[in-house]
Amino acid sequence: MEFLSDIASLINSTLRISTPLVFAAMAGIFAERSGVIDFSLEGKMLMAAFVAAVGSYFLGNPWLGLLLAIIACVSLSMLHGFASVTYKGDQVVSCVAINILIIGLTTALAAAWFGQAGLTPTLNEDQRFLEVNLPFAESLKDVPIVGTIYSDILSGHYIFVYLAYLSVPLVFWVVFKTSFGLRLRAVGENPSAVDTAGINVFAMRYKALAINGVLIAFAGAHLSTAVNANFFREMSAGRGYLALAAMIFGKWHPKTALIACLLFGFTDALQIRLQGVELPAIGEIPVQLIQAIPYVLTVVLLAGFVGKAIAPNAIGQPYIKER
Amino acid sequence: MAPVDKSKVPWWVSNLIVPLVNLTLALLVSGLFIFIAGENPYEAVRLIIYGSFGYIEGFAYTLYYTTNFVFTGLAFAVAFHCRLFNIGGEGQAYIGGLGVFLVAINFSFLPVPIIWLLSIAGAVVFGAAWAFIPAYLQATRGSHVVITTIMFNFIAASLMVFLLVDVIRDTAQMGPHTIALPEEQWFPSFKDFAALFGIKIRYSPLNISFLLAIAASVFVWFLVWKTRWGYEMRAVGHNTQAAIYAGISPYKNIIIAMCISGGLAGLLGVNEILGVHHKIVAGFPAGYGFTGIAVALMGRNHPIGIFPAAFLFGILYQGGSEVTFDMPNITRYMFVAVQGVIILFSGALENLFRPQIESFFVNRLNMKANA
Repeated sequence: MEFLSDIASLINSTLRISTPLVFAAMAGIFAERSGVIDFSLEGKMLMAAFVAAVGSYFLGNPWLGLLLAIIACVSLSMLHGFASVTYKGDQVVSCVAINILIIGLTTALAAAWFGQAGLTPTLNEDQRFLEVNLPFAESLKDVPIVGTIYSDILSGHYIFVYLAYLSVPLVFWVVFKTSFGLRLRAVGENPSAVDTAGINVFAMRYKALAINGVLIAFAGAHLSTAVNANFFREMSAGRGYLALAAMIFGKWHPKTALIACLLFGFTDALQIRLQGVELPAIGEIPVQLIQAIPYVLTVVLLAGFVGKAIAPNAIGQPYIKER
Repeated sequence: MAPVDKSKVPWWVSNLIVPLVNLTLALLVSGLFIFIAGENPYEAVRLIIYGSFGYIEGFAYTLYYTTNFVFTGLAFAVAFHCRLFNIGGEGQAYIGGLGVFLVAINFSFLPVPIIWLLSIAGAVVFGAAWAFIPAYLQATRGSHVVITTIMFNFIAASLMVFLLVDVIRDTAQMGPHTIALPEEQWFPSFKDFAALFGIKIRYSPLNISFLLAIAASVFVWFLVWKTRWGYEMRAVGHNTQAAIYAGISPYKNIIIAMCISGGLAGLLGVNEILGVHHKIVAGFPAGYGFTGIAVALMGRNHPIGIFPAAFLFGILYQGGSEVTFDMPNITRYMFVAVQGVIILFSGALENLFRPQIESFFVNRLNMKANA
């Protein structure tokens, strides 16, 4: 039974750790399917974490914090669109600028307003999201297998965890089953054909970026108002990049991107588990090397040992309407 | 508005006026941030100027920061000419520093100037090696260097902390750093130089690496604009298909460009290890690698632009530390944000006012010609 509960808790943490990655990967799918590179997921996630924590601290309600985070992330997405869609600036440079700006600004403002070396004050129970216990989780706890799956694995997560996994079929439906999704994909593959058909390429890209901003805000709020009770410096810790790698590995497709996110989540859960554990034959692996595992995995996945990823055709190119 | 004929725009408009307008905009936005943080932007500017020019030690610090930014700025620029975004300068500099230290400590039986040359070579080789894997993956597998180089920054940080804690730590001390190099291997500092002229200063991190930065700038200029390889590399960056048609291998050029870029970033380790710390200290690259991106974009990826841009960031860093000292609400992260704004305005949004400014000057010149 020891082994079984170990597995259950590993799956449980995998679901939790993958959550921000899933939101970010879905956000990335919208931007990149429309032909706009989005390396700024990292910065936007950090911004959302900061705004959600500060907003919820001052307003006393985590939902209002989330709302402000959404507004902040959509604004950043619009800034990215303004630079790279309207002004046809380099999309990667725009993303790098946003990421560096946000790393600096969030920490600088946290330090200026709260004076605690870039931390925001700890949120109390009313100011943060709490774990949701699914109905009957208590009473089903002792039922073998079903109890483990339902009560130990599925129940007791933050609301964002459920929302993240619900967002995947929703994104799939929007991108592949609606006329909006068809246009979205077309804009990323062949913008001039879409333009000929009378659809505004710029408007489509802005809409895609707006959805991208909303989704990434959930990832940040999850970090600072659910799993943690405050914002701290660079708390996104590369998750935006991991999610982007997962999305590329998942070939810009929600289902496969989800699998890649879960793989990252699982590796991370495992690396936390392995810290300080004596392994047979190897001995204890130094903690710094274990922590590098998700990053190494990203590189390995990106190297595409499972086949080459083909990006949307028009990605990274500003659309220039012929006169 | 009708587009301007590019050939009629004088060079000083596109290379001087436009960047200055963008920089001004960026500094205005930065002033707003300082205001939001609850401090007076004018006072901050006064402190920045005093801190970076007001006294000799401060000015020496400005030049010391300039040295670091020249290395990382050149590193980003070289890769950028091949249309590669090497944002892994941070990790390459970290590993480059390891190269400097390992060479210096293992070859300490050799005469000093030879140790210096070998250490510089060590920095270049280690930095280049750290850039090689992302380069190889980009060239062969199309793995985007932005993600792989960022990942290599994280991996370098983990690896170096591991080495500094478990393998090469100075066991007599608690902190995660190595033992110091023998004193005769240290680079002569500005303090020694000033003493020759009878000027006494307390301490200065500025050292002869500054000359290495000048040499590196000349080297990059020559390599990129005056050699066949530089031409090939720029051709790949400009139009890969055309380059392939002309018989130029993008594969080879991507790898060489990234390795040279990594090697230049590695030189930061020379300044920090031989010149300043004399040992490896955890986290010594301290964000210089990222600042290099802003420096290169502001300097329009040309050594002649990068040098003044690096100097400007030197002012911002040294003046910035004066500000953080005097203004409790401002931390050094505020200047990270300022870098972001500068990258935004001089990189991504560089076309914001370019057409207006260019047509303004072209029209004025036309009027003069007609009059």
